[in-house]
Amino acid sequence: MGSMRSSINEWLMTFPSMSWLVVLFLIPTLIVFAITFKPTDPYGGIGSGWTLETLRSLGNPNYPALIWRTIWLSIATTAICILLATPTGYFLARADKRWRQMLLLLVIVPFWTSFLIRIFAWKVLLHPEGFIKEALVFLHFVQPDTSLLYNAGAVLLVSVYTFLPFSILPIYAAAEKFDFRLIEAARDLGAHQVQAFIRIFLPGIRRGLLTGVLVVLIPALGSYVIPDIVGGPSGEMLGNKIAQRVFVDRNLPHASGLSAFLILAVLLPMLAVLLLQRKKERATPIIEEAS
Amino acid sequence: MKRSRLPLIITVVVLIFFYLPILILVINSFNASRFGSTWEGWSLRWYARLWHEREIWLALENSLIIGISATLLSVVLGTTAAFALHRYQSQLQRIHYTLIYTPLVVPEILMGISLLLFFAAIGLELGLFTIFLAHVTFCISFVALVVLGRLQDFDFSIVEAAQDLGANWWTACWKVLLPLLAPGIVAGGLLAFTLSIDDFVISFFVAGPGSTTLPIRIYSMIKHGSPPLINALSSILLLLTFLAVWLSQRLTIEKSAV
Repeated sequence: MGSMRSSINEWLMTFPSMSWLVVLFLIPTLIVFAITFKPTDPYGGIGSGWTLETLRSLGNPNYPALIWRTIWLSIATTAICILLATPTGYFLARADKRWRQMLLLLVIVPFWTSFLIRIFAWKVLLHPEGFIKEALVFLHFVQPDTSLLYNAGAVLLVSVYTFLPFSILPIYAAAEKFDFRLIEAARDLGAHQVQAFIRIFLPGIRRGLLTGVLVVLIPALGSYVIPDIVGGPSGEMLGNKIAQRVFVDRNLPHASGLSAFLILAVLLPMLAVLLLQRKKERATPIIEEAS
Repeated sequence: MKRSRLPLIITVVVLIFFYLPILILVINSFNASRFGSTWEGWSLRWYARLWHEREIWLALENSLIIGISATLLSVVLGTTAAFALHRYQSQLQRIHYTLIYTPLVVPEILMGISLLLFFAAIGLELGLFTIFLAHVTFCISFVALVVLGRLQDFDFSIVEAAQDLGANWWTACWKVLLPLLAPGIVAGGLLAFTLSIDDFVISFFVAGPGSTTLPIRIYSMIKHGSPPLINALSSILLLLTFLAVWLSQRLTIEKSAV
């Protein structure tokens, strides 16, 4: 009797959120795959019947270049973010308490600032009559007719700017829990400071590093607004193509074919990280034992 | 032992990198010139112009309507979800947790396009209501995880004490657990509200004619509008963000000091 009541209670409390997410998250995600095999109708909607038309169009020779650019821009963004976020997280964790609150506030504010505004700020800076362009021309670093906007480089720069706060926070959170006496110990035993940093500190914060990688890589793969505003044709990414198929060509099956591909592209690094974490956990957890 | 100065230098560079573009934007919002490259003296004219932009006020109204309603519903759904996840350890809850967690790691554009396709497939007309549905969907997960975090630190012997004193489970939840958890639920709600007000990508995909939200309005101003107006609007939003973050930090610091 009691266990039946309890299971009714469980259902009552699980049902609202679960049914909402099944209807508005799970089913729509599955629909993306289904609509890939649907034809379009003349009104920009979804036709009836089934077709392989979209799948064939994914063989379009323009796509490999677009997909390659999406992947390398995402990986480069992630690499630069981690390279900058790791020393920053380390410094924040070792700063003394008064400074740390202040520095943390300075990292969190950009994190919460509307990302449209942050992208717009760069559009103004990189603009042909903008501040940076004029400074670079004045210093003879670039020709007056080179454009800083509307290329893959601009997308990379603005992506790093947008996603960097996301990677600093998990790395800082991991570094804050790290026992820095381990580094002192390693140095007492003769390790160089770079050696201690790489062989003791980095493995110690690996969870934070992995989270830092995922929170940049996944949104970067699905990037749409950044290449849309500062990218131009040579900085286009997969997300732009999806939006273009929706808003310009009104071809929903094509958009869903590309989205299905993006879903698979995002799942891959997630599964890799999951497996990596599991393997690492099984390997000898030196740091955990020591602390 | 000597510590390397490199982390300090990188941190300073990162902070300059973060704030220089924002600072230039704010300074430019007071520039009397229409073009950012020339300085024609301090002026508040763009702020005055902003005040008279009807479309921005309409967009703000839409954003607030969606933000408040989506927050209220997602707080209810997210809180019940967190209670269920915390109280029961069953196969059902494992699936439930996966469903709550996955939307957090899916790129926004995928959620936008999949909801658009879903609404198109069932023939639901796009507008404020579809944006509301979309916002509740991504807010549930954030609320649930914030409340779940608080539940894990919670001392459940208080609820048991209430039950020992004769309260049934629901009364104990309603009269004891809920008031004590209120700060966590409010924190989840504030997070949901912020995310809803700030969301552009998902809203853009599921918006229809006449349902322009503030971020959608800002986007079309960036694409076609006049930069000085966006500078002014951005500066106001930046100020609000700074105040909100500063306030929430102060509140959490004071609480941890007690």
